[in-house]
Amino acid sequence: MAGAAATGGSARSETYASARNWLLLPSWAVLGIFVLAPVAMMLVYSFLTKEFRGGVIWEFTLSAYDQFFFDRGLFGDEPAKIEWTYILIFWRSIWQAGLATLLALLIGFPTAYFIATRPAQTRTVWVFLITIPYWVNLLIRTVSMKFLLRDQGPLNDFLLATGLIDDPIRIINTNAAVQIGLFYSYLPFMVLPIYASVERYNFALSEAAADLYANKWTTLRRIVIPSVRPGIIAGCILVFVPSLGAFLAPDLLGGAKNFMIGSLIEEQFKGNAGNWPFGAAASMILLTLVLVILMFLARQQARADREATS
Amino acid sequence: MPDTRNAIDVRNAVKRYGSFTALQSITLSIRDNEFFTLLGPSGCGKTTLLRMIAGFEDVTEGEIFLFGEEIENLPPHQRPVNTVFQNYALFPHMTVEENVMFGLEMRGSSREAARQTAGKMLELVQLAQFSARKPSQLSGGQQQRVALARALAPQPKVLLLDEPLSALDLKLRQAMRSELKSIQRETGITFTFVTHDQEEALTMSDRIAVMSAGRLQQLGEARDIYERPVNRFVADFIGETNLLDARLEAVDASVATCRLANGLTLECDAIGSARSGADVHISIRPERMTLTAVNDDPWQGTVKENIFVGTDVQTIVQLQGDIALTVRTQNSAAGVATIFDPGTEVAITVEAGAARMLED
Repeated sequence: MAGAAATGGSARSETYASARNWLLLPSWAVLGIFVLAPVAMMLVYSFLTKEFRGGVIWEFTLSAYDQFFFDRGLFGDEPAKIEWTYILIFWRSIWQAGLATLLALLIGFPTAYFIATRPAQTRTVWVFLITIPYWVNLLIRTVSMKFLLRDQGPLNDFLLATGLIDDPIRIINTNAAVQIGLFYSYLPFMVLPIYASVERYNFALSEAAADLYANKWTTLRRIVIPSVRPGIIAGCILVFVPSLGAFLAPDLLGGAKNFMIGSLIEEQFKGNAGNWPFGAAASMILLTLVLVILMFLARQQARADREATS
Repeated sequence: MPDTRNAIDVRNAVKRYGSFTALQSITLSIRDNEFFTLLGPSGCGKTTLLRMIAGFEDVTEGEIFLFGEEIENLPPHQRPVNTVFQNYALFPHMTVEENVMFGLEMRGSSREAARQTAGKMLELVQLAQFSARKPSQLSGGQQQRVALARALAPQPKVLLLDEPLSALDLKLRQAMRSELKSIQRETGITFTFVTHDQEEALTMSDRIAVMSAGRLQQLGEARDIYERPVNRFVADFIGETNLLDARLEAVDASVATCRLANGLTLECDAIGSARSGADVHISIRPERMTLTAVNDDPWQGTVKENIFVGTDVQTIVQLQGDIALTVRTQNSAAGVATIFDPGTEVAITVEAGAARMLED
């Protein structure tokens, strides 16, 4: 009897296993079609030779990567020199995205904390208000921002009217305009995950800290922030990653001088002037960079979790 | 001026939330070194009062003094009192030791000194071997002890305990009762304990404040409150009792004669200002009555039901005039001899001094 039962059990678990594989198929298909295939195409294209009016010639070459990093080519007759143009664009993108993330954190954390500490009914209203801008397309919002910030725009008009300034300040087509655009576009991505964490936070812990002689600032630093750290990390990733690859804000608000990676890549695929392999290579470099940063953060988080449970 | 020898003096403390009054003018003193309990059903305001002492709730009106120093306007982190929270509120990202060290470090101890004191505290609650663990790796009872060690470590002038045992199972709760009591004696720190469990209050406390509906009902030692309740609420809430309506027939010196609705009379200690003819209430504890075979005493009735509850047997006796009394008989050889089958006519003897007259 026992043997029969065991056989029956294993036969059943095999059935389950095959059913499970079939049921997972849609997920695998979605991942394959929308994630793996495009990335694989990008990877392959980055090693192909460029065709002058866009498109590629199916001939293997490293020239796209070579062009990205080196002047005059790594494989030429003369000694190779590092080409700084694209690396500087990457560097500018990283610090712009980093600064946007920091600003979003500085404004987003108090906002999220404020919302999470409202009474339950009003919380929903605040969250709703945060998401309202998302009902309008990002392009339209960014163009509107351009009008708000320009020399004769409402912001300068207001500042002139209050007498704070005598001449319009030049915001548009500066790094500051790009920064404002990025910060504005992605702030809710910072607020929402932190809000979710703070809402789950046990406020009795803050009371316990106050009871044990900690002032508000120490309580925030030593008790609240460590407790909601997963939300903070999620928010930072959700702001940093899209800011890094953004092209609407730099294009529309930053002008030609404040190029970011997103714009560089976009250019390569536009019209006849493009260079598909170079665009693909720049995308792969960006992807690698993002993955390295995410893996670093994931490892940090895993270590913190291990410490929390061991 | 409040008495500086009292650990806590609460003077006319009122707490209002909008139009709702949670506490109506509470005045009480907690003595240094005592185990003091705030006892009452949920919603009676006992936790609100405790949180006002800790500083988590504003005082709408009135004053609170800690050894003569007015504290009701100080923020919680400036009050030298510590709290053991109902659900412990241990910091989940810190080890047991770090939890206990937290308050010490906040008071300016060096890390080394804090670690030493924390070690002693964890020994006191028998958790020294768990100091490197995280709270999530401990059982409920162990977390409870960490919370206690953490609150005791900075040597507060008063330790506040907010229903700390309610989340534990019965056996553990009973063990923790005597442990809490002995830790209180050992440390000499004034404990102010909040509970809705009257047994917990009776077994641990030096003095008990019984609260109901935002008011202080009675304050006294455990036996005092049990034997001499001041009103029906206290008589009913502490232990079990039979509450009967009666009329005050006559007051002769210190003896009051009361007549029940069915014509039977009882003698009790005269209290308060009630005059003859006043409507009063009588409380008789079930263990202060015995049953005997029927005789010519007018206190007679019919046994309706015997309920076995382990240590004793509860007998419900129906008297004439629709009065039912619960009588408790100890489950011993002598006690069992006085238990009668349902339907039997019996006589009831009320011990002298067992009937307590209540005006309210």
